[in-house]
Amino acid sequence: MSKSNSEPEWTIEIKPVSGWFNLHLKDVWRYRDLLFMFVRRDFVAVYKQTILGPSWFFLQPILTTITFTIVFGNIAKIPTDNVPPVLFYMAGIVCWGYFADCLTRTSSTFVSNAHIFGKVYFPRLVSPLSNVISLLIKFGIQMLLLIGFIIYYKLNGALVDPNIYILLTPYLIFLMAGLGLGFGIIVSSLTTKYRDLSFLVGFGVQLLMYATPVIYPLSAAPEKYKWIILLNPMTSIIDTFKYAYLGAGEFNAGNLMYSSVFMVVIIAIGVVIFNRIEKTFMDTV
Amino acid sequence: MSDAIRVEDVSKLYRLGIVGNRTIAEDLNRLWARMRGKEDPYMKVGEINNRITKGRSDYVWALKDISFEVKKGERFGIIGKNGAGKSTLLKILSRVAGPTKGSIKLKGRVASLLEVGTGFHPELTGRDNIFLNGSILGMSQKEIKSKLDSIVDFSGVERYIDTPVKRYSSGMYVRLAFAVAAHLEPEILIVDEVLAVGDAEFQRKCLGKMHDVSEKEGRTVLFVSHNLQAIKNLCQRTLILNNGEIFTSGTTDESLKKYAELVREVKINVKTDIDNNTNRRGKGVIRFSGIDVTDSDGNKRNEFELGETIKFKISYEVFREIEGLNLIIAILSGLSRECITLAIHKLTSSTLYPGATGEAEVVIPDIYIKPGEYPLYFELIDEKFNGYSKDVIDDLTAPLIIKGGDSVKETDFDPDKPSGFIAIPSNLVMNEIETSKITKKEILN
Repeated sequence: MSKSNSEPEWTIEIKPVSGWFNLHLKDVWRYRDLLFMFVRRDFVAVYKQTILGPSWFFLQPILTTITFTIVFGNIAKIPTDNVPPVLFYMAGIVCWGYFADCLTRTSSTFVSNAHIFGKVYFPRLVSPLSNVISLLIKFGIQMLLLIGFIIYYKLNGALVDPNIYILLTPYLIFLMAGLGLGFGIIVSSLTTKYRDLSFLVGFGVQLLMYATPVIYPLSAAPEKYKWIILLNPMTSIIDTFKYAYLGAGEFNAGNLMYSSVFMVVIIAIGVVIFNRIEKTFMDTV
Repeated sequence: MSDAIRVEDVSKLYRLGIVGNRTIAEDLNRLWARMRGKEDPYMKVGEINNRITKGRSDYVWALKDISFEVKKGERFGIIGKNGAGKSTLLKILSRVAGPTKGSIKLKGRVASLLEVGTGFHPELTGRDNIFLNGSILGMSQKEIKSKLDSIVDFSGVERYIDTPVKRYSSGMYVRLAFAVAAHLEPEILIVDEVLAVGDAEFQRKCLGKMHDVSEKEGRTVLFVSHNLQAIKNLCQRTLILNNGEIFTSGTTDESLKKYAELVREVKINVKTDIDNNTNRRGKGVIRFSGIDVTDSDGNKRNEFELGETIKFKISYEVFREIEGLNLIIAILSGLSRECITLAIHKLTSSTLYPGATGEAEVVIPDIYIKPGEYPLYFELIDEKFNGYSKDVIDDLTAPLIIKGGDSVKETDFDPDKPSGFIAIPSNLVMNEIETSKITKKEILN
């Protein structure tokens, strides 16, 4: 065999370090069936051997809403922009829940999938992407619940005002998924070697909720701290969401722009770190 | 034929010990070096990977400057002792872990079986898991759908296909998992010692399948095993790794010959760390200090012909009081690890005290076991067979290799043919046939 006349064309080249921004999107596309299978697995397996099954999708936001209504509405008497408290909290919970789930699930990607990642190669990005998609199904089901409640309240003459901004929903979902994914892969990449961050994520997400207008309207926040809340990229998303579905508060395009830029930056940083870690994490995880 | 795999100067550095505060300091140090455009300072301190000796550095080269090529359609074997770097190499080839230095080029789709049933979800049914596992291994939905019947058929668990796999017996689990893997159609198939899990029939099935995909479909197979017989049967060329470096590479026959030399060099010494090696069991009451396998003239070797004399020369040292002493020597089967023959020799019935040493020699006058490879088992144990005071050297020395040889050439006996473990040469001494009166013509009528 002479090497000179016909250098074969290699399909895969394995090198110590790959490029900074190589997302392997082509690979991800090739493995789209796997993405689908992971989503299916998550969906089918999660409520196996439970009696209530998928109704847990509903029970979770309903119980949280009841708790929030009693604690924050009736006891602490936090205003809700003149919207029925049940709807106000539920909208916030459903929305925040999606982001929080995306973040926490993605942030454990490497550690919880180590047994699979250690044996087979597939584009690692498939795992966090499948999380985001399977959580989207849960989010969709919970949205139906919310819409049901909105219709019920509307028919009973409550002060809710769903408007044209509902059309922004897909974009809001995209932003939340992006933020959750971006933060999540940064955390998951950093936790492969040092597990400290995974402790932070658990209660950090919970704390972050209080820095987001989930249980209070932005208008009720004291002027002094408002800038901190506005720095939070989730603020404008939750706000827009509540404005679109309930007519609460107001819509601020500038703030939403800020969140969009924030998401792009976070995703970019996440991808770079993810690429760095992808090849070495098996040695440290 | 063109190359399907080309490995160039691949090295892999591992840090030993635990991840803690010191690691972060080293990480910062490394980052600092990289920012100044210098070489990773820890690459320089990396040592040759030898698990027996205690190293001076926390950094170890699990692989060092590995280069080889595998041609398309070839069946290529990789062998080596525990910790030689086989698994690390496979991990890099299957893109599970990245190399520290060097590059690997592959042509075509790669599927690696480092384990069967990767990603099986216990709650899902067999059918669901076929799809899940298949996609993880890189098959598309369409591909799996078209092969589903054949996969179920191959696995032989049709009845349970809609039951969650957590209810499966471990055998069914493995069968289903391998059935999926067997239907992969990659250009390059990388197989680790997945065969170790199944029964003999299953192992044969796997080997047969690997042979077929390479022979009939022109796929490249990379196979790692401890089972030299399997390598010998399957692979055309074999690479031998030792302490993270290439020891030799060439045709399987050549490589295996050199490997036997390598394994024979294993020194049984009293200091070999008992915690480090599952093949050496014992609490350190008594230790083998030497084991030699020789022929009748005292030459060390491990290859013998049928009918030759084999001598085992052992020496030992006593570290704590031991009541009486027995020496057990057994010859095991390479495939099933069954004991073929075992003898207990009583060395003494009086108590030995720390500092005592001894030597013993056992002779097998003529060996008549079927040609093949036989791991050896040596054990020293006290008179009452108390598990506490023993030392076991199980498959740590070079295996015994038995060959047909000249002695049977003049008989009718073909040592490679008979089944069973014992090979007793036999000659046909009487053979008379009385022909029948009936002719062929009569039968036809």
